[in-house]
Amino acid sequence: MAENDVVVIAERVVGGHPDVTFELLGKAKEIASALGGEVHCLVVGSPEGHECLGASDHLHLVEGEHLWPYNPHAWESAVSALLTQIKPRLVLASTGTVGIDLCGALAAQSGSMLASYVVDLSVEGSTLMAVAQLYGGKLMAECDLGDGPAFVTAIPGSFASQATRVDGVANATSHAHEAAEVRMRHVALTEPEKTGVDITSEELLVSVGRGIGSQSNIDLAQELAEVLGAGLSASRPVIDQGWLPKAHQVGKSGKKVKPKIYLALGISGAPEHLEGMRQAELIIACNTDATAPIFEVAHYGTTADLFDLVPEILDLIGG
Amino acid sequence: MKIVVAMRQIADLVEELEVDASGADIDREFVKFVSNEWDEAALEEALCLKEAHGGEVVVVGVDDVDFDQTLFGALAKGADRAVKLDCGFEGWMPTAVRAEILARWLREESFDLVLTGVQAADDLDGQLAGVLGARLGLPHAAVVVGLEPDGSGFKVTQELGGGVTLTSHATGPLVLGIQAARQAPRYVPISRIRQAMSAGGIEVVEVEAPSARAPKVTRLFAPEAKGRAEMLGDKPSEVAARIVELIRAKGVSVS
Ligand SMILES: Cc1cc2nc3c(=O)[nH]c(=O)nc-3n(C[C@H](O)[C@H](O)[C@H](O)COP(=O)(O)OP(=O)(O)OC[C@H]3O[C@@H](n4cnc5c(N)ncnc54)[C@H](O)[C@@H]3O)c2cc1C
Repeated sequence: MAENDVVVIAERVVGGHPDVTFELLGKAKEIASALGGEVHCLVVGSPEGHECLGASDHLHLVEGEHLWPYNPHAWESAVSALLTQIKPRLVLASTGTVGIDLCGALAAQSGSMLASYVVDLSVEGSTLMAVAQLYGGKLMAECDLGDGPAFVTAIPGSFASQATRVDGVANATSHAHEAAEVRMRHVALTEPEKTGVDITSEELLVSVGRGIGSQSNIDLAQELAEVLGAGLSASRPVIDQGWLPKAHQVGKSGKKVKPKIYLALGISGAPEHLEGMRQAELIIACNTDATAPIFEVAHYGTTADLFDLVPEILDLIGG
Repeated sequence: MKIVVAMRQIADLVEELEVDASGADIDREFVKFVSNEWDEAALEEALCLKEAHGGEVVVVGVDDVDFDQTLFGALAKGADRAVKLDCGFEGWMPTAVRAEILARWLREESFDLVLTGVQAADDLDGQLAGVLGARLGLPHAAVVVGLEPDGSGFKVTQELGGGVTLTSHATGPLVLGIQAARQAPRYVPISRIRQAMSAGGIEVVEVEAPSARAPKVTRLFAPEAKGRAEMLGDKPSEVAARIVELIRAKGVSVS
């Protein structure tokens, strides 16, 4: 029944297994049961901590030279070899670095269908249907992935997770992988520097996006943060422009924050940003574009211009 | 060192995007198309590498609305060649099709690196670097934030999420999806773009659009307003008062 099996690629590259792997396992079980197949989980490189992946029917532990720490080239060859054996109907990963590295290439090599930025997935008859979030979250695309083999990369946080953290693995198989040719070798894995700034411990965050316009305007947001006794955080473009140091970045490649209040100024609400702040207790968003996706997750919103709004708040609290 | 930068146009996300009559694509008639911001980062990284180590930068892409503007911008910034692959395609182009068109052209060129943006906002069937890498049979990596020539190859740094980065040594040629360049994309005055335009210099190559497997979009729609924000209006003084009230109500002390 392999042709109805579902594979989840475990994306642990450091620390413990990330939440998204459990979200994918939950979805994989649902899809596999609709198709009448089973769930496989691929753990590549280091088997450490695999015991919590018991929600899968088959756990594959792949070890070999160059597979740990993460090596995109060696992982691709290892995963490709296993998929050739398993011949699954569906392979699930996330839209993080590992999923992006592997799925496009593996789908292209095998001539399989691929859908990315997926937030929902279901089976209709013999067809897989996906909903993907496109255009920075402004539009959703419902699409038909056909009845053949498919790869899906899902946006983290799309499927429920906790139910599938199951201890105890019934069916684990070890595989030794020998890469034919290694054109990428490990040099270094670097964890984030510890700086004095810790935006994750703030109760209130004033967060600025590209709408802030320039480095000099950061001062205005800084002033607001000081007057409110808040921390100052930012979206990725603000960091990439060099307007604020990396320690202030919220999102997929920055910090995950859960403040009591998150005041988003000039942030559109791209999925990679939402990944880092959607769990804030209260989200207030200021964005001149009424169709900005940030309003989908914010509790309160305004289309006022941030350069009109911020001075008014400063006036009110005697800045 | 010869660096090819694959660039493309994308609907400007600052604008309102409407769905066309088919219900399965954006209405391309009224939307503005701009250069993909991550491709601009890839171009910047290529230009910085050339400035530091010498070499040639060739920009290439499949023709699309206002793509000439992007190519002239790249030439004005310092690219040596700009190539437009014209296949008369209209509408949404799957990554698989774009990758195949680029791969056919690249197979006839020699190069050390292909750089492209880590993603584009309509990459429904996957991000270009990996798909193109596979078509060319080359090593590839995504979410790249650092790149340096190193002996016989390159040192490539990728972000793995949560601030963790991974550096690998790779022997070329390579295909990389650039997340951020070493510096923000440079600004080029409009006068220099005009100069590039009057000098011409875009090479046009007629190509065929191949077919490829890609998801069939059955419906494109704005997200259903599930937990949509309660709007506080747009009068700054009133909104400011409500925001201060909300902050206080949450028990966060402000002076
Ligand atoms: C692998 C990967 C990882 C990523 N990781 C992260 C991450 O960790 N964090 C992150 O943030 N992004 C991340 N991104 C980038 C993400 O895709 C978006 O590009 C980014 O979040 C957009 O930032 P923004 O909202 O500030 O900018 P934009 O999307 O440009 O939005 C700016 C907004 O400001 C509004 N605006 C403009 N002027 C004003 C004004 N005067 N007043 C009010 N509003 C105004 C505009 O309407 C617009 O909506 C990542 C991307 C990738 C591919």
